[in-house]
Amino acid sequence: MEQKRLFRLFIFALIAALILVACTGGGGDTGTTEETGQTETEGTTETGGEETTAEGETLTVQGFDGEVQVTIPTIEEGKTNVAFVYVGPIGDGGWTFAHNQGRLYLEENGNNVHTAYLESIPEGADAERVIRSLARQGFDVIFTTSFGYMEPTAIVAEEFPDTAFIHISGQKKNDTNFGNVFGAMEEMKYLAGMIAGAKAAEDGSKRVGIIAPWPIAEVIRLSNAAALGMRRTCPDCIMDIRWIFTWFDPVKEREAAESMLDAGATVIITGADTPGPVQAAADRGFTGIAYDSDNACAGLESNCLTVPYWNWGPVYLDIVEQVQAGTWQPEDFYGSTADGMLGLFGFMEGQTPYPSVPESVIPEVQEVLQQMLNGEFTRFDIFSGPIMDNHGNLVVPEGVSLTQSDLEGLTEGYMEAFGITGREPCTICMNFLVEGFDPTAEIPPLD
Amino acid sequence: MDGTTLIFIFNIVSAGLRTGTPLLFATIGELITERAGVLNLGVEGMMLAGALAGFAVSFSTGNPWLGVAAGMLAAGVLSLLHGLVAISLRGDQVVSGLALAFVGRGLTAVLGARYVQIRDVPRLPNIEMPFLNDIPLIGPTILGPLFGRQNIVLYLGFLLVPLVWFFINRTRAGLNLRAIGEYPAAADAAGINVVRLRYFYVFVGGMLAGLAGASLSLAVTPLWIEDMTAGQGWIAVGLVIFAGWDPWRAALGSYIFGALRRLPLDLQSVSWLPFASNPILGTWLSMIPYLFTIVALMFSSREAARKRLGAPAALGVPYVRGERGL
Repeated sequence: MEQKRLFRLFIFALIAALILVACTGGGGDTGTTEETGQTETEGTTETGGEETTAEGETLTVQGFDGEVQVTIPTIEEGKTNVAFVYVGPIGDGGWTFAHNQGRLYLEENGNNVHTAYLESIPEGADAERVIRSLARQGFDVIFTTSFGYMEPTAIVAEEFPDTAFIHISGQKKNDTNFGNVFGAMEEMKYLAGMIAGAKAAEDGSKRVGIIAPWPIAEVIRLSNAAALGMRRTCPDCIMDIRWIFTWFDPVKEREAAESMLDAGATVIITGADTPGPVQAAADRGFTGIAYDSDNACAGLESNCLTVPYWNWGPVYLDIVEQVQAGTWQPEDFYGSTADGMLGLFGFMEGQTPYPSVPESVIPEVQEVLQQMLNGEFTRFDIFSGPIMDNHGNLVVPEGVSLTQSDLEGLTEGYMEAFGITGREPCTICMNFLVEGFDPTAEIPPLD
Repeated sequence: MDGTTLIFIFNIVSAGLRTGTPLLFATIGELITERAGVLNLGVEGMMLAGALAGFAVSFSTGNPWLGVAAGMLAAGVLSLLHGLVAISLRGDQVVSGLALAFVGRGLTAVLGARYVQIRDVPRLPNIEMPFLNDIPLIGPTILGPLFGRQNIVLYLGFLLVPLVWFFINRTRAGLNLRAIGEYPAAADAAGINVVRLRYFYVFVGGMLAGLAGASLSLAVTPLWIEDMTAGQGWIAVGLVIFAGWDPWRAALGSYIFGALRRLPLDLQSVSWLPFASNPILGTWLSMIPYLFTIVALMFSSREAARKRLGAPAALGVPYVRGERGL
């Protein structure tokens, strides 16, 4: 009997674990997890923070099939205390890593600033409790860095009007103490696409592969920008695409790259987290483009073309300084290249392009980047008509530019589902693949 | 079948062999542990330990084989922790195994932070076999595309499976292994040191999980990233049941699951197969390993079905000399 019960328990535990693993796609970080209907579950939830002197409050959150303890960090009296809530581990080498670099920048450059962070916090109800505890602890500014924290942050913001809440990658805000921040990564992806196109033309394959994590507006926008960039430098290049339905699965990301390399691509652009796809291309003597953090291609210099990366530090510093000065107002902040929150590795000040970037394309990329830095060429110029989709239909007519709502794919259904107010719904919603993608490529349904 | 169809199939089979190999090592390791009567759910944690230790040692010494040895040792040592609880302290093996999975995960996250940015780790070598293409008929069409350039771990897997099968089923030591998993009291009466032998096979299982991890971080995806196994350790535990504790079927299952990871990706670009090219089918295909495992688990939770599947009778039961029963 004993044995039978034990086995039942084991079966139950394993099934629970499997369902969790299947549903999370292995966990990982994301800007838009909840949008995809996924639940983040992480097994190891650790606390971090610089010079945390005393033990803070302890919370129990539901982690990867089990409960994990989260110790809320304490504040330092007399300083501006800033807390960060991360969805993934800071060692992911991607999304959360880049945010943590931003935190370190703030700690170093801020005046009288103390920072602390909590990593691998599951989205949803647990996040709400964690954010509330941070606010109760007395943090002055709280950054929540994943799409799925939008609702929890909004709720807690109502309860603590004296604390500033900034949510990354969402669209919600209020009038007093809750704003959101994101950036026009599509501008960097456009430049990356230009380099990829030039390289594929040089290779003679005229075929570029892009890895798309989820069929959501953000990913579609970034992929389209890359394809438009590619067509600018190589009008007859074709872009292949693989949907992998995860932000983080090293083997699957690599296999997606292998799949497109087998299909003839010689340049791989990844939209997911690990540099594995670049490595896969490198192993065949081809090249790739990584994502998220400026040193994503460390160790792969000879086969990496560039990295479109996030530079969160200056934005964080700016917001915290405004809060310190008492001038901060909540807003929908969507930073462009000109705002200094984005980078294209090899082309920013003090950097040199990686050796495999075709010489011929460097001046053009530098020129467009300069226009972007000057604010003369923006995401709206990238997405201005005429734009055809990959089946030959005219999507954006001549003389029309997509609006910010179009770019973010703010359909009425989406806005209703997430309670987003004060924004216009999209008219030409970001739900198409531009000309340049393989004609057989399609956007899969999300549900 | 035309050329493109052949290439399509080879790509998937080749990927299945490549990415199924780490899963194969982990599954065989767990299989050996379970045949000795000990259930170790900590495969995921041990794999991560093996992956990190392998990566770190290979990076610092420049020798990937030292890395493999270190990975196997690290995971083996972790598995002994489970052995201590499960065998000596007679604790709950499910709880201990789960704890081990999380210890491995947390420990590697902390210790591995400094290796996240390293890409140029010395790797396990690929075996180039250009002569395969010279074999008439099947050379250029089948052997070349599949085995012309595979990693050495693939062949380790090919060697391991028959060896393990032969060991378990055809040797005296293998008989002892089966005895302590089926009827430890009888084995004890026959003069076999059940406790010592169980420790040994828990260690062997741990080392194979370590090999699985190291083959990931040094061959299949030569990187160190937190959580890089992404659930493969759990699939290995399920595969053991799916395989009915048989090494051959474990190998088959591992390769199939490896191929299933690749199939939905390749199907996305097949224009002549309108239904299958619908990427939504890909999500269903990706689910298959998990669905299979759940179905296997459901079947095996029935006592009779388990017996038919071949579960060791004393699986998960601590051995106490002189107590009645198994």
